[in-house]
Order: sequence, then structure tokens, then C-alpha cells
Amino acid sequence: MSAAFAVPLPPQAAGPWAAAAMIATVVLCSTAGEVLTAAAMKSIGDLDEIRAQSGLKGAIRAVITCPLFFCGVGFLALAFFSMLFALNHLNLSLVAPASASLTLVTNAIAAKLFLKENVDRRRWTAAVLVCIGVYLLAH
Amino acid sequence: MTGIPPVSIAHPLTLIGAVFTPWIALGIALLIAFFACYLTALSWADLTFVLPATAFGNVIVALLARFWLHEPISIERWAGIALITVGVGFVARGPAQTARPKSNEVASDELTTGVETAIVAPAEAPREEHVR
Repeated sequence: MSAAFAVPLPPQAAGPWAAAAMIATVVLCSTAGEVLTAAAMKSIGDLDEIRAQSGLKGAIRAVITCPLFFCGVGFLALAFFSMLFALNHLNLSLVAPASASLTLVTNAIAAKLFLKENVDRRRWTAAVLVCIGVYLLAH
Repeated sequence: MTGIPPVSIAHPLTLIGAVFTPWIALGIALLIAFFACYLTALSWADLTFVLPATAFGNVIVALLARFWLHEPISIERWAGIALITVGVGFVARGPAQTARPKSNEVASDELTTGVETAIVAPAEAPREEHVR
């Protein structure tokens, strides 16, 4: 995909600070997107119950009439394009593991702060384990 | 995507044609299915429950690459697979939802105490056996 869009750029165009800024943008946008989407789905309620009451169309209507959902999807799209931008300047072996694993930790923090989820020791452990695991797997 | 001739920035409309290529259409359909399932899960479970659980997809991809595409997997990656599996097992043992509406505050408190005892119990059990 990235090869198809290859824009001629000098190799090593980005310094360490620029690289950190690009990865931070991806992580922040994706965290905002995930938290807003989760908040939207929480505000809508259990989709299985809505589908049982008003069918699949009713469930789809409940989702696409929620403005918060579109805010979330907008941020997720922003995260996707900032990811493409970062991939244009940095190596996949740096961007993919760094953004994927950092997103898990920032999401746990954001879920505790904004969604008031009870992130107990069990969930912190899981987030950190999965974070290291994703880093090792994607590196 | 690599089966399609390179798309130039000057002709972005060729991308619309690419959407109707069978493999890309199938990929998009599966991505939509993933997003629908993900949203349904988020409607009844916490974000901190769903996200680590979806990370298990990485493990499935790695195992498919190993046994279907016969790609070699380094020790580091096996360690990554093990860590993700343990992490997902950890989060799956807990409750799916902890953020409750205010009216159910008492129920939520009962829920968390129940969980704490559940965490303590397995740790104590082997100790008792050890004493015996």
C-alpha cells in the first residue's frame, strides 16, 4: 500500500524529535478515537438488546444517529492518516510496534480518567503484558 | 494491493476501481464485520476489557503465518505471543464491565468486592495445600 503511494522523500528525513512527535500524534488521535467510540457505545446501550427489540436496522440507526460516534470515527480516521504520514517518513518496524503498544497503555489511562472504568491491578497487568507482547511481536 | 499497477497521486480515481477488486472487496467486507463486532462488544463491555482482547488477533496472525505460510517465528515473537496470551487470560477472568450508572452503585461495590475475593482466593489455596 505504502509502495503504491511512494512519494520521493530523502531517506532519514525525520530526526528523533520529529519521529516522537509523529508517533505521539498517532497514539493521541487513536486514543481519543477509541475513548469517544467507547463512550458513544456506552451511551447507546447494549446493542444486542436494541437489536432484539427493533431489529438490525434499528441497531444500525441507533449507532449512526449518535454524534459522539462520528467524533470517535473522525479521530480514528485522523489516526489512520497520521499513521500513513508517519510511515512515509519512518520505518514500519518502528511505527507499528511503538504506536500499537503505546496505544494500549494510553487507552487504559484515558478509560480510567474519562470513562470512569475501574482499572484495577488485574487490568493494569493485562495492559502492560499485552503492550510488551505486541511490541515483541510487531518489532 | 501489490497486484495492482502503482497508483499515482495525479489519478486518485484509479483507487475507486481498486475497491472492486475481489480480494480488496473481501478485505473491506471483513474490516466492516470486524468494526461491527467491535462496536457491539464495546456496547456491553469496558474499553480496557475489549482492547487487550482484540490484541489476541496479533497472535492469530502470527500463528497463521507460522503454520499456513510457513514463515519462521523468532524466540522474541514466541515470547510476545506468550505475553499477549497471558495478558488476555488475565483480563478475561475479571468482570467485563466495571463502569456502572450511579443508581447501581451498591451493586457495583458488591461486584468489586466479589472480584477482589476471587483474586485472593487462588493465591491462598496453594498456600493451604503447602501447609498440609
